[in-house]
Amino acid sequence: MLGTGIIKGMVETARNFVGSYHDPERLTTVQYPEERLAPKENGRSFPFLVFDGNDQQAGLRCVACQICEKECPPQCIYINKSKDKKPDYVGKLQFYPATFDIDISVCMSCQICVEVCPFEAIKMDQVFELSTSDRFGKLLLHKPQLAKPNEYFHQLHPTDANEVDARLGEEKRKAEAKAAAAAAAAAAKLAAPKPAPDEPTKAT
Amino acid sequence: MAIETTFQPKATLGRTAPGNYTLLPKTPAGAIGGIDGTVLEVAMGPHHPSTHGVFRMDVSLDGETVVKLKPVFGYLHRNHEKIAENTTYLGSVPYTDRLDYLCSMTNNWAYALSVERLAGLQVPERAEYIRVITAELTRLVNHCSLIGFLMQDMGAMGTPLMYAFREREKILDLFESLSGSRMMCNYMRFGGCRCELPSGWIEQAKKVVTSFPEFLDHFEALLSENEILLARTQGVGVLSKELAINASITGPMLRASGVNYDIRKVDKYGIYDRFSFRVPLGEHGDVFDRYMMRVLEMRESLKLLEQALAQIPSGPIIDPKAKLRGFRQKPGEAYARIEGPKGELGFYLISDGSPNPYRYRVRPPSLINLTILEDMCLGQTIADAVIILGSVDIVLGEVDR
Repeated sequence: MLGTGIIKGMVETARNFVGSYHDPERLTTVQYPEERLAPKENGRSFPFLVFDGNDQQAGLRCVACQICEKECPPQCIYINKSKDKKPDYVGKLQFYPATFDIDISVCMSCQICVEVCPFEAIKMDQVFELSTSDRFGKLLLHKPQLAKPNEYFHQLHPTDANEVDARLGEEKRKAEAKAAAAAAAAAAKLAAPKPAPDEPTKAT
Repeated sequence: MAIETTFQPKATLGRTAPGNYTLLPKTPAGAIGGIDGTVLEVAMGPHHPSTHGVFRMDVSLDGETVVKLKPVFGYLHRNHEKIAENTTYLGSVPYTDRLDYLCSMTNNWAYALSVERLAGLQVPERAEYIRVITAELTRLVNHCSLIGFLMQDMGAMGTPLMYAFREREKILDLFESLSGSRMMCNYMRFGGCRCELPSGWIEQAKKVVTSFPEFLDHFEALLSENEILLARTQGVGVLSKELAINASITGPMLRASGVNYDIRKVDKYGIYDRFSFRVPLGEHGDVFDRYMMRVLEMRESLKLLEQALAQIPSGPIIDPKAKLRGFRQKPGEAYARIEGPKGELGFYLISDGSPNPYRYRVRPPSLINLTILEDMCLGQTIADAVIILGSVDIVLGEVDR
């Protein structure tokens, strides 16, 4: 009979209409500013810089190697390398970024900077309410705005952060052991040379 | 008075007519009939809501009948290929997301596959499974939203589109928890995938896959027997088998015309030879067949997903030889293609040994499927032209690149 298809469709629409009053699973919308969805662990918006400890200048992991600047597809990272060096987490002297700017009006949130960073220094943030009336000033983030403590990274990406911490801790232990071994060797060397002057005399 | 069959710009201002006006004069002379002065030229678009983006159809109308149609694209051209030639191999992965922004996973895969061919990388088993799963989920997303848009074009305002988007949302949530972004996934890398599946992802995906057939049943109950839909689509925009093959149409459009050609079966890229699935075929090549083709393909995709989710092994997800930072390749060339949701999506790369490709070319299914729009629309009404365009399934990000 002509029209049965339409009636079937109407029944379907009615089912969906009534269903949304009965089954809370069918209510898919979220009343945004009041209600919020829990952020996903892998979620990403814009990059930030991780620092260890309390001092963001001393603890910044970034060594200004500029790999992210080169690999960034839309070229939105600007780094100036420092003239002097500061010790990194294992105590090795490294450069640090004198300035580190990210233009988030250009950034496309692709996470390639995170992937290519060999120092676990740049990670993805999850903030998204960044609208501003100042297009050029507020959307160009400088180092003080970008630097976030390691705890913040733990809060956002716990799995990733724990894995990174374990790896860095391991490296640090190794470096310390190596330093201790080197110190011991140096001490032994210092202790050892005492009989050394005898040798040439023996030979002569 | 004879009516000119090819459009001639009247005031040329001393310049020659732009090339795209003289191209494509497909309508044979004398085909434009009717009483003198009845042919009306309408520029539909580029801001027409039915054109799915910034796309223009220059139609000549005799009453309501289309006597000539010229697709004009390029409004969204953004130098994708040139940009990719100037960034590193890794750097163009996120740009491929933005080609066909509804199916970023398949775009990633096609690009990754061509770089793998170029570099001779082996993809680990688990990564292959993840790729199949994400690609088939993408197919669900694409076909689902396409049907919604097609119904919107036909005047079913909102309802089917909202139902389709409700289901699409669940899959996008999966993508978000996997890759961090809902649409711009940027997930696949040459040699594997970027990150391991989060815990509980497989169970979540299984839940989505098991609930999807029920949605499809309801969706079909809503649409497939609807008399208005049947009247609007059956026998409209017929594309013959021969023309489809000659115009190198691919994907669901080709299969709706009855040509059994699916790159998943023909090329067996990835691990598609391990799964049992069928390729649905149409026989009339009209809009209804193209609609039905999408519904049936979604059902086949679900079969594939069930198998892949059940069989997925554990193991590494990226080839240890794959080097992302500072990736260079010795001179050579490679072409890889996959069966994207819209058709054959191919990437052609030439390497000259530098960190960026010397030549990078995309073979976009949307663009090539769009080239025969005139042949399908001639003799139909202007309202039908809208749904014929809708059934082609285009995304302007991919057409114009």
